[in-house]
Amino acid sequence: MDFILEPWPWYVGGPLITLIMFFLYYFGKKFGISSNLESICAMGGAGKLHEFFAFDWKKNSWNLMFIVGTVIGGFIAFKFMTPDQAIALNPQTVSDLADIGFQNAGAQYLPEELFGLEALLSIKGGVILVIAGILVGFGARYAGGCTSGHAITGLSNLELPSLIAVIGFFIGGLIMTWLILPLLF
Amino acid sequence: MKNIRFIILGILFGIILSKAEVISWYRIYEMFKFQSFHMYGIIGSAVILGVILFSFFKKGVIKNYLGEKIIIEPKKKGFYRAIIGGTIFGLGWGLIGACPGPMFILLGRGVLSISIVIFGGLLGVLFYHAIKHKLPH
Repeated sequence: MDFILEPWPWYVGGPLITLIMFFLYYFGKKFGISSNLESICAMGGAGKLHEFFAFDWKKNSWNLMFIVGTVIGGFIAFKFMTPDQAIALNPQTVSDLADIGFQNAGAQYLPEELFGLEALLSIKGGVILVIAGILVGFGARYAGGCTSGHAITGLSNLELPSLIAVIGFFIGGLIMTWLILPLLF
Repeated sequence: MKNIRFIILGILFGIILSKAEVISWYRIYEMFKFQSFHMYGIIGSAVILGVILFSFFKKGVIKNYLGEKIIIEPKKKGFYRAIIGGTIFGLGWGLIGACPGPMFILLGRGVLSISIVIFGGLLGVLFYHAIKHKLPH
């Protein structure tokens, strides 16, 4: 049982992700999360704003149920399966983060500097959260998929557009991590 | 309630990503700093097994629950959409350390701030469809 409560190594996490993907295809569906953002917009009545969102979102209700499940799964893992919330980071990462203003990196699951209540209630913190969301949502639908649709499914299907998109994910992520984050904090 | 199976798969997915620390901002930062193998191991092993799995789908060795051949829908073609859209996505991923799946899992952890990120994500999707006819694809 101890294993369940410890952090799971990559060679457990990766294969289990593929197993989930297998079951989604086995049940006649696909593995792609970001299209749910479009379904939620359609559900919220965005069809009145733009014809694209006038589609019948109910046909994607299986995928909406999937993300409802992920919310429950996050709750279960947090409440019952993770007694120690610390992340065992590379010491170099901890010291790099200290240099740009992130204290005690890895002591908790998420950095207070981005997700804490103080950040949420500050103008800078709130703007960062909204902008990050916009970039992820806009970019995922522009590229035609996110980590699940492109990086896992698309690469598994040996698709060139997915390889290009994943290269893009890294160009953006590297620019943010190495160049922009140090300026923000 | 045919969709109950997808709720269960979602619950498992949420637990797996939580326990493998994929939804921790720190792990994404560490990945983009090339300071840990963890995330590369996760994505890499998922993809290698995925390639093998999909080859069984294509050969018809594994069929779906109705006994039909499993068809994988190809991705939309277009260099610009993939590279520009991908880069924009990467900027957001690097900033907030969560892609769409982890956003919802973090919501389940009770991370209040992530609801603002999800709201931003919905805005981004609306914004994309509002201006997509002007973008190169």
